[in-house]
Amino acid sequence: MAEVHNLQELRQSASLATKVFIQRDYTDGILCQFQTKFPPELESRVERHYFEDTVKTLNNYYAEAEKIGGTSYFEGCLACITAYIIFICMETRYEKVLKKISKYIQEQNEKIYTPRGLLITDPIERGLRVIEIAIYEDRCSSGSSSSSGTGSSTSSCSRG
Amino acid sequence: MPPPMKQCEYSQITTQSSSPMESPKKKKIPRKKWEVFPGRNKFHCDGRIMMARQTGVFYLTLVLIVVTSGLFFVFDCPFLAVTITPVIPAIAGVLFFFVMGTLLRTSFSDPGVLPRATQDEAADLERQIDIANGSGSGGGYRPPPRTKEVIINGQTVKLKYCFTCKIFRPPRASHCSLCDNCVERFDHHCPWVGNCVGKRNYRFFYMFILSLSFLTVFIFAFVITHVILRSQKTGFLNALKDSPASVLEAVVCFFSVWSILGLSGFHTYLISSNQTTNEDIKGSWSNKRSKDNYNPYSYGNIFTNCCAALCGPLPPSLIDRRGAIQSDTPQSVAPPNGITTYGATQSQSNMAAATPLLQSESSPMNEELPVPGKMTISSPCATLTLGQPTPPPSTSSLATETILADTLPLKEACEGHHFLTPEEAPSPPGMLTPGSPLTHSHTMHVLNAVTQDSMHEDSVRGLVKLSSV
Repeated sequence: MAEVHNLQELRQSASLATKVFIQRDYTDGILCQFQTKFPPELESRVERHYFEDTVKTLNNYYAEAEKIGGTSYFEGCLACITAYIIFICMETRYEKVLKKISKYIQEQNEKIYTPRGLLITDPIERGLRVIEIAIYEDRCSSGSSSSSGTGSSTSSCSRG
Repeated sequence: MPPPMKQCEYSQITTQSSSPMESPKKKKIPRKKWEVFPGRNKFHCDGRIMMARQTGVFYLTLVLIVVTSGLFFVFDCPFLAVTITPVIPAIAGVLFFFVMGTLLRTSFSDPGVLPRATQDEAADLERQIDIANGSGSGGGYRPPPRTKEVIINGQTVKLKYCFTCKIFRPPRASHCSLCDNCVERFDHHCPWVGNCVGKRNYRFFYMFILSLSFLTVFIFAFVITHVILRSQKTGFLNALKDSPASVLEAVVCFFSVWSILGLSGFHTYLISSNQTTNEDIKGSWSNKRSKDNYNPYSYGNIFTNCCAALCGPLPPSLIDRRGAIQSDTPQSVAPPNGITTYGATQSQSNMAAATPLLQSESSPMNEELPVPGKMTISSPCATLTLGQPTPPPSTSSLATETILADTLPLKEACEGHHFLTPEEAPSPPGMLTPGSPLTHSHTMHVLNAVTQDSMHEDSVRGLVKLSSV
């Protein structure tokens, strides 16, 4: 709940300046990995090592989710024997790891990125295509009242 | 005069805050994401079930399997259980249960659809492409083809840009023109299961055809056994008279078994070499292309390839079907009917009716140059391939046995460098989706449509946000 409160505050006190997209890295095949290249737009916003750590940790999580080994074979065989009905009641390993990732991103946002005016969107919300990092600037307000809240700030952004 | 649907939408937004009671007859506001899904899919059970738009052949499949198995249980099993062993109906029951489970799983699940890019993503990509291409081209015609090259395990793979979804397609992904979606690890669009076969449901599909082969062979063998045993007692003609259903079952099984067994064998080969139907038919990793050509996705041995395909982790669905639409949900780029950017010519669609639907490029490494004035896409996203062919709906399973035989001559036809765009490719007449007639009216308005769409979406988005406050 505290995290949401912070994000709301972020959105109310700052306006969206731009978004940076970290694309997928396919050099190791079709596994889900993101590029660790530091985008120039973030030069002045966040330290390089924080960014690289975040992306590397995310890459490790995805590699763990997609790992083909004992656990995944067991899960696959069990599912096959039960004509895949077991997936209705059981959560797959991938889904469990995705929850971990979601939590990790929330933590990172809280600790590192939101205080610096940045917001990382969970890649699963973008179809595992990109890591979207929103860069917020301090709002140079044009007198918009606080009662409209997020509605007016976002609508002013969309028209802007 | 504005179309009535649009009128309803706008007036509903304005009356939203004043009196909700006034809107019972008007169009329901979409609450869940599946209701505004941009692809051509049908959703049931509040987004839990996802299928292609054309499902007629799927129902045929269901009917054939259920009726044949039903007749077997009713007419043949009692005799066989008494004369030979009751294990026979038990095995048939297990097989039938397995077949139905895997069929429904294949048909109803998300094959691995890639969600379309959000406005911001699309704009960012466009910017990067412009920088990469050295934006010299004016706004009047289509910019040069958009590709990215990636080296995967030593092989150069081209990532193509999908004009509908506004993304660079990951390796092995392809755009299905019937469903109008990019699908990961696209294998083919199968009308028999009424869905695409892709990363998420390939194992179910394989299990389905494998178990169906066993079931078909099983039923066929025991129907024959039944007739033979009976005719030993009462003579052949009397046996047929006593059990007329057996004749029907034998006929259906006889004609199905060849194609289904053939298909199972083909997919077993594909799995063991870790290829998709798409790649196999195009010969993407064939030695004939060049000596250095090899499949970069293969794990090297058959066992690992099989395990990875069948027992690997099941990826989650990337499209959040049952999530609620929030006011700040980014709108994905969606041309009005998703096919505005593709041109099609009628003659090619007729020719393509019997040919596999694939990108028959002269070489996979060279991107085709756009044909000026023709508005055909330079990076065709044709996705329907002939692994599971698309027979006209009027034929029964009889058609399937001839279609596999067609794959070989069709392979030669593919090398003939004819230019298939996704709208030409999809299906033979009778199965033709409504895509192609619409494209003719839209090709002239491609560029205008795209800019108008983004403006339209912005204004709608603004209105939706205002109404939700």
